[in-house]
Amino acid sequence: MNMIVTPASPATPNGTTSMPNGTTRPQVRIVIVGHVDHGKSTLVGRLLHETGSLPDGKLEMLKAVSARRGMPFEWSFLLDALQTERDQGITIDTTQIRFRTNSRDIVLIDAPGHAEFLRNMITGASQADGAVLIIDALEGVRDQTRRHGYLLHLLGVKQVAVVVNKMDRVDFSADRFKEISDEISAHLQGLGVKPTAVIPISARDGDGVAERTDRIGWYKGPTVVEALDQLEPARPLEALALRLPVQAIYKFDDRRIVAGRIESGSLIAGDEVVIMPAGKIAKIKTVESWPVTPVAGRQGAGRSVGITLDRELFLERGDIIAHANAAPRETRRLRARIFWLHDKPLAKGDQLLVRCGPKESRATVVAIEKAVDPGELSSVENKAIGRNHVGEIDISLSNPIATDPYTENPRTGRLVIEVSGRIAGGGLVLSVDAGQRAVPVDIVPVESALRLDERSARYRHNGAVVWLTGLPASGKSTLAKALERRLFTNGGSPILLDGDTLRAGLNSDLGFSAADRSENIRRLAEVATHLARNGHIAIVAAVSPAREDRATARRIADTAFREIHVATPAGICEERDPKGHYKKARAGALASFTGIGNDYETPQAAELVIDTSARTVSDAADEIEQMLKTTGVLFDEVVDLAANI
Amino acid sequence: MHLLRTDSGADGRDSRPPVSEQIPVGLTTPSMDHLDQLEAQSIYIFREAFGRLKKIALLWSLGKDSNVMIWLARKAFFGRLPFPALHVDTGKKFPEMYRFRDHYGKEWDLDLRVEPCPPIDAVDPTLPPAARSAARKTEGLKMALGKYGFDGLIAGIRRDEEATRAKERVFSPRGLEGNWDVRDQPPEFWDHFNASPPQGAHLRIHPILHWTESDIWAYTKRENIPIIPLYLSQNGKRYRSLGDQDITNPVASTASNIDEILIELEQTKVPERAGRALDHETEDAFERLRVAGYL
Repeated sequence: MNMIVTPASPATPNGTTSMPNGTTRPQVRIVIVGHVDHGKSTLVGRLLHETGSLPDGKLEMLKAVSARRGMPFEWSFLLDALQTERDQGITIDTTQIRFRTNSRDIVLIDAPGHAEFLRNMITGASQADGAVLIIDALEGVRDQTRRHGYLLHLLGVKQVAVVVNKMDRVDFSADRFKEISDEISAHLQGLGVKPTAVIPISARDGDGVAERTDRIGWYKGPTVVEALDQLEPARPLEALALRLPVQAIYKFDDRRIVAGRIESGSLIAGDEVVIMPAGKIAKIKTVESWPVTPVAGRQGAGRSVGITLDRELFLERGDIIAHANAAPRETRRLRARIFWLHDKPLAKGDQLLVRCGPKESRATVVAIEKAVDPGELSSVENKAIGRNHVGEIDISLSNPIATDPYTENPRTGRLVIEVSGRIAGGGLVLSVDAGQRAVPVDIVPVESALRLDERSARYRHNGAVVWLTGLPASGKSTLAKALERRLFTNGGSPILLDGDTLRAGLNSDLGFSAADRSENIRRLAEVATHLARNGHIAIVAAVSPAREDRATARRIADTAFREIHVATPAGICEERDPKGHYKKARAGALASFTGIGNDYETPQAAELVIDTSARTVSDAADEIEQMLKTTGVLFDEVVDLAANI
Repeated sequence: MHLLRTDSGADGRDSRPPVSEQIPVGLTTPSMDHLDQLEAQSIYIFREAFGRLKKIALLWSLGKDSNVMIWLARKAFFGRLPFPALHVDTGKKFPEMYRFRDHYGKEWDLDLRVEPCPPIDAVDPTLPPAARSAARKTEGLKMALGKYGFDGLIAGIRRDEEATRAKERVFSPRGLEGNWDVRDQPPEFWDHFNASPPQGAHLRIHPILHWTESDIWAYTKRENIPIIPLYLSQNGKRYRSLGDQDITNPVASTASNIDEILIELEQTKVPERAGRALDHETEDAFERLRVAGYL
């Protein structure tokens, strides 16, 4: 078996490696940690040799080179030689070395030292199933040994084998071994980590690595290779509950394909699924592919797939598709263990963007529970987490996200944090706010008895959401009413949804904070879209100042959405002030009033822009009617149907 | 394997691929092999690029890597390339390459944009001759960027090709001049890519960064992706990598089909770009090119 040094490749999704003979072997990923001088490289070199993982002639070559230079051969040269080869061609970021024990494929995740240590540990070792902690028998447990032990705890690595190296330098003293073994076991147990084995070795001479030599005859436990052979692989991702985060929805042809990568579990056409966080239920109609489609087989973790559903539901990027009986939790609040990479320390109250798979949400740091400098291992402070430090924080999210604790699902239970569009940290979800376990709502929408073409034949229009946005008093409601009358007169079915009117009832629980405004818009859009899907023209008049909120509305209503920016100049709006809001706001009596500040975000791609100060209401209604014609909502004059017969 | 095919099969322009043979439905999930994993990862990257950027294009150099990219993109988008394929044309490619472009540009229904490069006089005269020639392409690329205003360019580079490419990210920001800052790269992990280039800058997206030369050939064979015949041995020589005619040389090889190429790659110690003159002029020529925006 040759050693394979490869750049980080996509994680094997099911934790096994296909063998040429068709069988599979469990794959176990490990890190080797410990004080920098305690013999990591020597142990790795020795392990590669003892497991027959070196390319033919490599060892002889290195021995010859050492002899020529008049230096004694060192096992660590092997790693140096590999490093050099690696530098010539392969990645420097996360390098993996593979070797085999009797029953396991071991992937050694290299965690090089120095400044990058923490980041590599966390990004590399968070995927590690086990760790080897190395201690010099002469020097004993050092600060760095303890720190690394603590890091393993932070990272949730539960299987830790301790090796006491350089036993040759303490004359293979069983007493010295016991002393160190007791000390490190106590330390690790204090962190909630029970070592799976403590092994006396001499990596240089080979004692204890693959063989129990006479010199350690007093030791009865496993060798390093045996200890590695007993590591339990992580539960295969495919054995976990289905998690298919929605990456995108494609409508390139008549299919509406929901695309994403299966992070865990598996699916097949016909499965009943729940779409989180909304909790809507649907069935998988087909699994689409190319060049052959649809595909009939079961699709497992790691596959990038596309599915179609048996009913039209509103889905968006970041939703998670799961099986109905094992849905992820929906939450607006979670606790995470994070590592911080940004120059500016993370502090309580900071505004962030949290990404969990393709889902993103604005977030606020509610509390910093722990802040640790892994270099010192002291809880430095509890107010901020500095660059390259780690900590535990509580985050409150402005949009609910569906996630799992890291211990339940290593793929969906991790998140990254962005500051100013740049990744500033990452972390693992420790827990989500209790009491919000999502109960899938089995809402099987009742199909209308009427067909859409029956309705459109009567109304002579298609369903649409006409969204009027603009400053208070810009003329939205006036225009909306004029349009409503106009469409009705022509035999259509318009329905007015006025922002203020809905706030009196449906939205009476909402205030004027940014989050409440977003929710207000979302509800308006959902109601309007329902009407549009049933053939009506929903006319929404709402200030809707936030571009992002309007974008949400457009996503919900999709192709039915027609945005009209009522762009009456601010001065004129304030002059009109029919509800007296501007006056109150100027007097400071109306907080969060859009109009006198700069908080209205002008639409950039509205279907129509109307300045009501420059036209009559009737002219403006004409313009809207024209736009609705050219964009396919209103049918042109009862075009001579006869001509087409 | 097929070369310049003339029949248009299942991968033609029909937007609805044929219905599959009924595969027996089972409880077991077919396990993913190495190529499946590479493919799934690349598809994920393509979909991220398409979803998170506004205006992207795929750089089609007509070589084996970019053909695999187009194939992967069509897998990601169910048969089509929903953005332009950009060929920055030095005008000095092999005739076989132009024939390939014109044929498959049509057959694959690509939104093909061919953009010329400026004359050689317009390029940094301090670069060695071949690098200077390659730098024309960089200039051509900048012009195309200015013309279309792309915020993302998909490029088929691989980590195993060349040492400076090993340091690349999957989403790699380029400055306003198209330049690459090797030392200030954003962190990238857990498949979260930085998709927000600074104002006026753009991103290079590298969907096959994690593939090797052997992977490319094995996948080309498995998927029956067409190739330019220059990759196969004729008179004891073949091209391992295709660039401009005047700065690309064939290597000694008897490999006349993909299986033989794969065997050859297992044994060879000659690097892939050995035939590319520009890699060997001065130690830093390639890195200088890349910093200036070369692929």
